Amino acid sequence: MIEPFLLKAALAGLLIALVAAPLGCLVVWRRMAYFGDATGHAALLGVALALSLSVPPIIGVLSIASAMALAVTFATRRGVFAADTVLGVFAHAALAIGLVVAAVLPGVRINLIETLLGDILTVSGSEIMVIALGGLVILATLAYGWRGLLNATLSPELMAAEGGSLTRDKLIFTLSLAVFVALSMKLVGILLITAMLILPAAAAAPLARSPERMVMMTALIGSVSVLGGLWMSWEMDSPAGPSIIVVAAAIFALTGLWPKTRNR
Amino acid sequence: MPTNTPLIRAENLSVKTGRRVLLDAVSFAILPGEAISLIGPNGAGKTTLIRALIGTMPISDGTLFRRPGLRLGYTPQKLPLEQLIPMQVDRFIALSGERDKARRREMLARCGAGGLQAAQMMDLSGGETQRVLLARALMRQPDLLILDEPTQGLDQPAEARFYQLLGEIRAETGVAVFMVSHDLHMVMAQSDRVICLNGHICCSGTPGMVARDPSYIELFGQCAGLAPYRHHHHEHCDHD
Repeated sequence: MIEPFLLKAALAGLLIALVAAPLGCLVVWRRMAYFGDATGHAALLGVALALSLSVPPIIGVLSIASAMALAVTFATRRGVFAADTVLGVFAHAALAIGLVVAAVLPGVRINLIETLLGDILTVSGSEIMVIALGGLVILATLAYGWRGLLNATLSPELMAAEGGSLTRDKLIFTLSLAVFVALSMKLVGILLITAMLILPAAAAAPLARSPERMVMMTALIGSVSVLGGLWMSWEMDSPAGPSIIVVAAAIFALTGLWPKTRNR
Repeated sequence: MPTNTPLIRAENLSVKTGRRVLLDAVSFAILPGEAISLIGPNGAGKTTLIRALIGTMPISDGTLFRRPGLRLGYTPQKLPLEQLIPMQVDRFIALSGERDKARRREMLARCGAGGLQAAQMMDLSGGETQRVLLARALMRQPDLLILDEPTQGLDQPAEARFYQLLGEIRAETGVAVFMVSHDLHMVMAQSDRVICLNGHICCSGTPGMVARDPSYIELFGQCAGLAPYRHHHHEHCDHD
């Protein structure tokens, strides 16, 4: 007999794994792991501000993560530092500011461990509804802009020369990521949001011959990681979010051994 | 001499980032059917100019006119992310918006990349990549091809084959070509007009005229002026 809370956790986790697949592939293709970190880490500040203003945390996370994603997108365009330096600065500054604000704002009490590491086992039915709806919005948006997203990934110049809009592409990508952060924070925690994005995608990369196949493989690997992680958490009493990532990392190690069969 | 409306006309085009001036009051026009080579030392602003023409680099000063309805074909120097994204050649061509598989196959074959449809982009050699990029650019039946160092990293035979292909395609379609290039000999043989860039335009004109220009000789040295190739396009050229 499976406990209801485990069923809920599995459902929420599978939904997140599905939504994470196309986004995670884009993050891996674009070498933007730090971008996920910057957006994810901003969520803590969002939670703190939302609590001090007495609005639902998801609103605070959505606003701050979107603001962060847009700021990073348009700050890395110009400037003297390499993109990864700028992203690293943003990512870690956001986390540190969030921790400080959470500590000093009057009347704000945040369960830091839960915010940082997530708590998939206490996910509620209404939270699952929010994840399903938000996830649907993300998937529909990405599907709508998919050709542009692939072209901008391959070569922004080529896309612009063919008449595509780089600004539209950036908005789709950054805002989808911000919404994803808001949806998945409860499940895996802000420290591991990027892991949920990039580990399954990286594990799928050696197995795929087309972008869409890689997205499907990523969804599959993400789902197996969620179920495996929950099982591991149940059996070993380990924290659920990190357990999911541990399973994903194990799959990554396995597929990395896959013989390179891509050659013609 | 082609007398049609220019495809692109730049007037006193300047690009600055912060306090650095990358392009300083650059003026030129690209006429239909013309082959123009853009040469210049590293850091001369060649890539900046290309980006300004494409529209990914904001212009600080001056104006850039595009003929209304101008269709651009563009080949980047390379695809920096091709190592990470799994993609077959045919899919890459289809991403230009061409839905007809037969037309895609035809164009690949025309560019000497027939049989590569099922290959992964990341497995292509440098020469094959350039052919595939060219096929994608031509898929859109462009009025103007902008090629960013199409022969970088190619060995001499591959380079010669690429220029031969480009010549054939120009003869067939009459497409204008604006090409960044390092190899001066080929430039001399293949271009109607050469623009020598070093932040500003230091000289421009027919390859023969540019090769004798003191500012060109100063940039590239005496030996560069001794390019042994002859070109046959004097009648198409004007010095500006």
